[in-house]
Amino acid sequence: MREFFVWLTGNIITTFARFITAVRAIWDGVEPVAKQRVYFANHSSNGDFILIWTVLPPRLRAATRPVAGGDYWLATPLKKFIGQDVFNAVLIDRNPETRTEDPMKQIISALDTGASLILFPEGTRNTSDTPLLPFKSGIYNISKARSDVDLVPVWIENLNHVMPKGKVIPVPLLCTVTFGTPLERIEGESRESFLTRAEETLLALQPKGPDINRQAA
Amino acid sequence: MNGTQSDFLTLLAGIGGLLVVATLIGYVLKRKLAADGPNDTVENLNARILAWWGMTGFLAVAFLAGRLGVILLFAFASFAALREFVTLVHRRAADHWAIAAAFFIVLPMQYWLIWYEWHGLWAIFIPVYAFLLLPAVTVLQGDTRDFLVRISEMQWALMICVYCASHVPALLFLDIPGFEGRNVLLIAFLIVVVQLSDVLQYTTGKLLGRNKIAPSLSPSKTWEGFVGGITLATLIGTGLWWITPFTPLQAAALSLAITLAGFVGGLVMSAIKRDRGVKDWGHMIAGHGGFIDRLDSVVFSAPLFFHLTRYFWSAT
Repeated sequence: MREFFVWLTGNIITTFARFITAVRAIWDGVEPVAKQRVYFANHSSNGDFILIWTVLPPRLRAATRPVAGGDYWLATPLKKFIGQDVFNAVLIDRNPETRTEDPMKQIISALDTGASLILFPEGTRNTSDTPLLPFKSGIYNISKARSDVDLVPVWIENLNHVMPKGKVIPVPLLCTVTFGTPLERIEGESRESFLTRAEETLLALQPKGPDINRQAA
Repeated sequence: MNGTQSDFLTLLAGIGGLLVVATLIGYVLKRKLAADGPNDTVENLNARILAWWGMTGFLAVAFLAGRLGVILLFAFASFAALREFVTLVHRRAADHWAIAAAFFIVLPMQYWLIWYEWHGLWAIFIPVYAFLLLPAVTVLQGDTRDFLVRISEMQWALMICVYCASHVPALLFLDIPGFEGRNVLLIAFLIVVVQLSDVLQYTTGKLLGRNKIAPSLSPSKTWEGFVGGITLATLIGTGLWWITPFTPLQAAALSLAITLAGFVGGLVMSAIKRDRGVKDWGHMIAGHGGFIDRLDSVVFSAPLFFHLTRYFWSAT
C-alpha cells in the first residue's frame, strides 16, 4: 500500500513538472545509462532536483538519490514522506552546530551502496544575478574519496523563472536539463583548481544564444 | 451513423490514406539517402509527417468526444503555445502574477466563455479586459523597467496563443441554417486546408523553388512554393465543399482566404523567432519543434474563417 502511494506521488510530481515546464533532457557528451554517477547541478530553485529526477529514465531514477537539506525536508509529515520515501533523499543537516552526523560520511556511505547522487555544490539556492555561486568543497572531497564514480555536470535552464523565490504559484515556461561530459580527474590537482574547473565545466553547458531574460531573474 | 459522422470518417480515411502514402515516401527517401548520412530535408519531412499523424489522431479523438472534447483540446493547445511564447518574451520578476493570471485565469475563462456561448463577451474578453487587467496587475508591482515592452509582449502572446486559437472551437457554436450538428466539419475543413497548404508550399518549394520570398526570414519560403502550394490547397479546399455549407465556388474563395492568412501567419511567427534568435518555438513534439511551429498558420486563419463564415452564413 505504501509502495503504491510512493509510486503514485512520484508520478504526480513528474507529471506536474512536465505540465509546467515541458522539460526536455539534452544528453550532450554522456548517455542515460545505468552507471554510478554524481550529478552536480546549478541550484536556483526548490524544484531543481525534481526536474533532474523527472528527465532521468525511470530505471536510473530508482537508483538516483538527491542530497538535500534535512531542515527543509523533515519540516512537515508530507515533506518527510516526499523527501524520504518518494525521492529517497540523502538528508543532511546543513547546520554544523546541531548536526549529529557528518554529511560527507552520509554521502560516501550512500555511494558505497551503489546509488547515484544529485548534488548542488553551490550549497545554497542562488538568488543572485550571477549564473553560479562559488562551489563548496564537498564535491572535491567526494572526488578524492571515490575517484571511480563519474562526476556529471548538469545545467538546469529557466526553472528559476518558473518559480522565483517567495512565489507560491509556478508559471509555465519551457525548461531544459543539459547533461555534460563527466569531469576529467587530474592526479594531484589542488582543491581550488578542481573547484574552478568544475564550475567552468558546468557553466559551459548553459544554452548558447541570446536569452533576453537570463540576467533578469 | 449520421451524415456528419460518415462525412467525418470519409475525410479521416482520406487523410489517413494521404499520411500512409507520405510515410511510405518518407521511409523510401530515408532508405535511399541513408548512404550519404542523415539528410536534413528528409529528416524534417519525416518529423512533419509524424507530427501530422499525432495531430490527426488527437483531432479524431476530440471530434468523436464532441464539443467538450474539442474545447479541451484547443484549451490545451493554447496552454502549450502560450508556454512556448511566454518563454521567449521579455519578463521580469514583477511579471510573475500577470503571467500566472494569463495562464490560470484568462485562458480558462476564454474557453469557458466559448463553451457557455457568451459570444458578446468572449469576442472582446482578451482584447479589452485582459488588455486592461494584466497591466494593472503588473503596475502594482512597481517595476517600470521595459514596462511597455513587457505588457505589450504579454498581450501579444495572449492574442495569438489564446484569443486567435480559440476561434477554432468557436466554429462549433455558429448557427448555420441547414448545417445543424455538422459544425465540427468546419473545423476539419479549416485545419485540413491550411495544414495542406503548409505542406504543399513546403514540398513545391523544395521541388521547384528558385526565388526566395523573404530570404532574411525563412530560407524555405519561395515564390514557386507559395503559388504552387496555395493553388493546390485551394483546389483541395474546393473539392471538400461537400463537407461544408458552402458551394464549390464559395469553398474556393474561403480556401484562398485562409491559405493566404496562414501563409502570412507563418511569416510573422518566423520573424518573431528570428528576432529572438531561436530556430523553433519549443520541443513539444519530441525534437520536431513546438506547438506554435505547427499551428502558426491555423492560428492566423482561424479568426478570418470564423468571421467570414459568421457574417455570410450564420443566422445570428
